Order: sequence, then C-alpha cells, then structure tokens
Amino acid sequence: MSMELRTSPHLVSDRSVERIMKHVVLALLPVCTFSVWQYGLSALALLIVVTTTCLATERFLNRAAKQASTLNDWSATITGLLLALTLPPAFPLWMGAVAGFVAIAIGKALFGGLGHNVFNPALIGRAFVQASFPVAITTWAPPFAVHRFSEFIPSTLTLPFMIPNDNAAWIAAATVDGFTGATPLARWKYEHFVYPVQDMLTGAASASSGETSAILLLLCGLYLAARKFMDWRIPVAVIGSAVLVAWAFRLYGGEAFPPIHLVVLSGGLVLGALFMATDMATSPVTPLGVWIYGAVIGVVTVMIRYFGGLTEGVMYAILLGNALTPLIDKYTQPRVFGTRQQRKS
Amino acid sequence: MSLPNQADQGITFDTFMEGVWRQNPVFVMMLGMCPTLAVTVSAVNALSMGVATLFVLVSSSLLISLIRNLVPKEVRIATFIVIIATFVTLTDYLIQAVSLTLYEALGAFIQLIVVNCIILGRAEAHASKNPPLKAVINALGMGTGFTIGLFALGATREIFGAGKLFGMTLFGDQFQPWVVMVLPPGGFFVLAAWLLLFSLLRSKSATEGGHAHD
Amino acid sequence: MNQPSQIQTPSGGKMIATMVLVASICGVLIVGAFEGTAGAIAENKRIMLERAVFKVLPGAAGVREYAATAAGIQPLAAGEAVPARGVRFYAAYDAAGVLKGIAAEAGAKGYADTVRVLYGYDTKCQCIIGIGVVSMRETPGIGDKIITDAAFLKNFEALDVRLNSDLSALTNAVRVVKHGTKMNAWEIDAIAGATVTSKAVGRGINDSAQKLLPMLVPHIAELKP
Repeated sequence: MSMELRTSPHLVSDRSVERIMKHVVLALLPVCTFSVWQYGLSALALLIVVTTTCLATERFLNRAAKQASTLNDWSATITGLLLALTLPPAFPLWMGAVAGFVAIAIGKALFGGLGHNVFNPALIGRAFVQASFPVAITTWAPPFAVHRFSEFIPSTLTLPFMIPNDNAAWIAAATVDGFTGATPLARWKYEHFVYPVQDMLTGAASASSGETSAILLLLCGLYLAARKFMDWRIPVAVIGSAVLVAWAFRLYGGEAFPPIHLVVLSGGLVLGALFMATDMATSPVTPLGVWIYGAVIGVVTVMIRYFGGLTEGVMYAILLGNALTPLIDKYTQPRVFGTRQQRKS
Repeated sequence: MSLPNQADQGITFDTFMEGVWRQNPVFVMMLGMCPTLAVTVSAVNALSMGVATLFVLVSSSLLISLIRNLVPKEVRIATFIVIIATFVTLTDYLIQAVSLTLYEALGAFIQLIVVNCIILGRAEAHASKNPPLKAVINALGMGTGFTIGLFALGATREIFGAGKLFGMTLFGDQFQPWVVMVLPPGGFFVLAAWLLLFSLLRSKSATEGGHAHD
Repeated sequence: MNQPSQIQTPSGGKMIATMVLVASICGVLIVGAFEGTAGAIAENKRIMLERAVFKVLPGAAGVREYAATAAGIQPLAAGEAVPARGVRFYAAYDAAGVLKGIAAEAGAKGYADTVRVLYGYDTKCQCIIGIGVVSMRETPGIGDKIITDAAFLKNFEALDVRLNSDLSALTNAVRVVKHGTKMNAWEIDAIAGATVTSKAVGRGINDSAQKLLPMLVPHIAELKP
C-alpha cells in the first residue's frame, strides 16, 4: 500500500512535462509515417528498435538507480524517435540499438536524468555511432524502392557486431535510374552538383530517414509552436542565421558556394532546428539567449559544411550550442525589477 | 605534511598491494592520465608503456632511496627529476633498440614519463623516506598497478576498436570495429567504464571485507 | 619534520656537491646506455628504411641516402641533415648494384593530419610505381583505405610524372579526380567516400615531385655506380 504525499502548490497547470512531451511525440508521428512510406519496412524496423532500446535502457537504469520508472514522461520515446529519424534508413538495426543505449545511458542518465542532461541525448547517440561506424552512417538507401513494403534493405538485418551486409545487389534490382548513394550536400561538396528543389522537398533525395520532408516537418513544427509546446524563436534563429550566412557567401563568393535551398533543405537542418535545438533541457531560457543560441547553431552549421571536412554539420552545431547554453543563460540574465545594473569595478 | 607518513612500518604485503589495489594509480589516484588516455589504443602499446613506466619507477626509486640521506631537502626535487630523467632517457634508448615501430607508436609519451606524477610522487612520498628494498617493492606494486590499468584500457579498446587482441583477430573478418574506441573520445569512455567497475568492486569489497580505508 | 637538523639550511657547498654527484652518476648511466644501444638503434633504423623503400620499389636490395639541391645531388651519411632548400631522397639498387629507382617522401594535409607517404620513382618510365604510407591519422575505415584499397593503389602502378622539355616542371601536374573518371596516366582516381585523403596523397606527391625531379633528373647518371 502506498500513500501519495504532495507539497504545495496544489494548483496544477496543464502544461506538465508529460503533456508537452506527449504532444512532441504526436507531432513526430507524421514525420515517422512519411519516412516509413519512403523507405518501407527498414525504416519502420529502425524506428521500433531504436525507440524500444531507449525505453528499455531507461527502465533498466531506473531500476539500477532504485528510482521510480520515468518511462511515462515520454522523453525516452522522443529521444528514440528523433534518433531513428536522424539515422540512415538502411542503418543496421544492431547499430541503431547501440545508438539508443548510448543516447539514454551516456547522454541522459549519467547526467542525472531528464532536465539535468547538458546535451541532447539523441544527438549524443548519433555522434557516438557516427564516430564508431563512419561507413555505415554514410551509406544511404534509395527512397521509394518498389519492394520496400515486402522486404528489408539487406544491411538492416546485419547480425549484431558484424559489418553491414552489402546493399549493392539490392539497390541495382530496386531502382530504375542510377542511384548515386550520395546526399545532396555530399554531391555538392565533391561534384558541385545542385540538387533540384522539388526532389529535396518530396523526399526523393537520399538522406537520413526523417530529414527530407521539409514541408511536413514545418507543419508539425508549426503545430507545436502554435500550441506553445516549443519556442518558435529557436528554429527561426537557426534557419534564419543559416540562410543569412549562406546568402552572404553566395553573394560574395558566387558559384564557389552552394545555393541557399541546398543549405536549408538538406542535412537535417529543418529537423534539427525544429525538434532537437528546441529541446527544453538543453536550450537557454532567456529571450535574448534563445536568439544567440539559435544564431550560433545556424552559423556553425554553415561553417562546418563549407570549411570543414564533414559534409553535414547540424549535429555538431547543436551539440556545441548545447554546451554554450549555461554560459549564454548566465550572460543574458535580465535585470531584476527595481535593481540597478551592477557597476563594473 | 599532507601525505601520510609511510616511513614507520616494515615491509608488509600491503607495501606491494598498495599500488595494485588500494592506491591504484589509474583507477584510484587518477595519476598519469595523459599516457593512460593517449597510448592505450592497443594492448601492446599499453603494456609497453606500462612496463617502461614500471622500469623508470623501480630504478629511480632504488637510486633515490639509496641516496635519500645524502640529499639536502632544498635540492631534493631537482635531484629526483635529474634521476628520473636519466632513467627515462635510458628507457628511450632501450625501446628504440628493441623496436622502432613500438617507439613511433608510443611517440612523445616515452619522454613524457619524466613528468608522470606517479614517479615523482613515489619518489617524494615513499622512496625518499624508506630503505631501498621497501622502496623497490612499493615501486614494483605501483608500476604493476599502472601497467594493469593501462592494459585494461588498451585491451578493451583494441578488442572493440579493431576486433583484435595483441594483433590477433578475435571475431573473424566480418566483425565491425567500433572506430570511436581507438579515437581519443573512446579513451575517455573506456576509462570511465573501468573507473565505474573498479569503484563498484572496491565499494563491494569494503562492505564485505570490512577492512579500514584511509 | 621530526629531524631538526633538516630545518637548517645546509651550506651551498653540500647542495652543489650532491647535485654534482647525482649528475655524474646519471651522466655515466646515460652515456653507457647510449653506447650500448647505438648500434642496435642504427641497425633498426636502417632495416625500417629499407623495408619502406623495398615496398615501393619491388626488387631493390640496397638503399643509399642522397640530398638533391639546385646545385646537384650529394650523398648523405645516416642521420645527416639535408642542406637548406634541398630534398632528401633514397636511391635503391638491386642485388647486382644496378639503380632500381628513387624513393622520396611526400606529405600533405589530409582529413585529420598530414598524410605522409613514400613513393617509388622509376627512372626508365619516368613514373611512380608504388606508394607506402609513412604516417597518417585518417579515420579508420574511411581514410585508411589508401593503404588497402586495391583500386586506389592501382593508380600508382605507373603514375606519369614525366618532366617537360626544359626539365623545369612536370609535363602534367599529378591530379586527383573523382572516383571512376581517371582518363590520363597522370591522374589519380580518388576513393569514393575518402576524397579528402585521396586528394592529400595526390597533392603531396605532386608537390614533392615538382620540387625533387627537376633537381634530380639532370644528375641521375651520377647515381649509377
């Protein structure tokens, strides 16, 4: 028998953690559905495996720390879904499980659980597998393959701890036209090939499971922003600053730099800006801080893409933004009403 | 003095085991983290680094203990450093003579043994206050503890990072290496995992055995 | 401290005497170790160099070190420094003492750090006939394919580095091209997915060959025994 004891306040707002998180999950569902429609069974299996691993890890660590279960705050579900959406659709399931475990165990639980984590857990998971399996995480699969609902992409079902199965034969059989297997950003970086806008909007470009449907992502983001479950300033600052910098480079650097649509619509910028940079635990709380944070992410993303060795930079940019969050919060504290600004001595 | 005075007791089992278990340089004192993280990408490198450090530790402890009553307090650190640097130089030559491949794999970290806190720490806290035999036994223990720590990291990182141990393939050629393990972040991950395991073991043995901790 | 005698500052003489004594012991130890290991170290270095050179110039049996400068070429003793604005290279000979080829080091910035390779130059075909990686820190599984990728290594079976008619530069600069588009003998077909590292190898070889070959080729006859 247990008795529940509560301290004040006894008036409960309806904007609880669970409620916000539940709506984020809801908003992610259309994106997940779209990715399953694009990539079929493989994407579905990846979503299920990664999310289940996240939930199982959370439960296991709760038990190990002798805490009450935190599964019902939905945050592990969000981490799992987001993580799966940032992985390539043909990513081996066992690697997805590793990513899920790392995301929750190292990205969240070690810091003390939800609210204490410094970095976005999903991105920690992705950064880990990116560093561990650099080949698998840059192996892309063609969307809208004919038999996508009846068979898995071979690499999906790789045995645990083994090198991913070769997809070449499957891709050759599944696609009509030549599939290059490179993302729009990679093709720009190495070939200066400009991907057509419509391909990038409709998910025809090769990319991570959940990053291609920019319009759908924006709609889901709008829903969250409208219901005030998300700070709209962050995605606006991230995408806005990225566009500004890309535009400036294009204006002065000309053809040496990619056109703006390539910067915005690829490499998970929209997904990251809407769903990962906005993570409440890892973004600043002050209004000015939020703008600075978003701008840092946008600018760093473009810098990594243009001048770094990597083709994509959103993940590291957001992690860097997360790391700066405490500092930004500290320096953008508003003046307490009635007090004077402290004079510098 | 902040360091416990270890000059009074005779030679006990703990003189040796102190460095292996109770005051393990890697897992408990967290000394010498620089080579610990940097050279432990493979078991061979880790073991060689451990043995090189062990050699410098034991020989410098012996020499320092022998001349401990001759050295004036004011110049003791300078004296210790000269002695340690000498043995590091010796080790440097010896490793080059044994294998240049190993020498290049360990890189600057051989020369950097000279600034490894374990060695100067032992010289100051133990060897300069104890007779030669006891100093050598204690240094052997510390060196062994350091080697065990390095080997634990090196073996784990090689097994995960390359699917090998001492260069021998363990899981067949289809094994997917975890590249991160041989990169610097992997060093931190593996060190953290070992620290976790070691402190779990220690707290367990402390509650079960009930022997005193200082 | 329980020994009051240690509190008093000892005379400077005693301190100096102690330091001198310790330093002498240490000096003797170091000199002894140096003398004892010098032979083995030199032998090790020679074996390592030979192994590297023989790998890029198959069939070679002996190596000599030279330096090429604008004034000509001169032999180097083991460990001797290269003169200013000179380039170190290695002349490899087969068992009969016939010049087998030239090996030299090339380096350029890769993905993580400088990629240093040793390349073997064949004097007859005026081309590069093999490369070996000296040191690199490229991503395992991607960048380190330059060691293992058979298709990439095929580029260096006969990479054209002919000099132009007045022997001042390469006729065609060595170029790294996108995977699968190699058209000419002086182009290097990059590894798909490891373009940055492939380009570093090509750039390094081009820079080194552009510098070394114009100084070396006019004097190549001097190398023949």
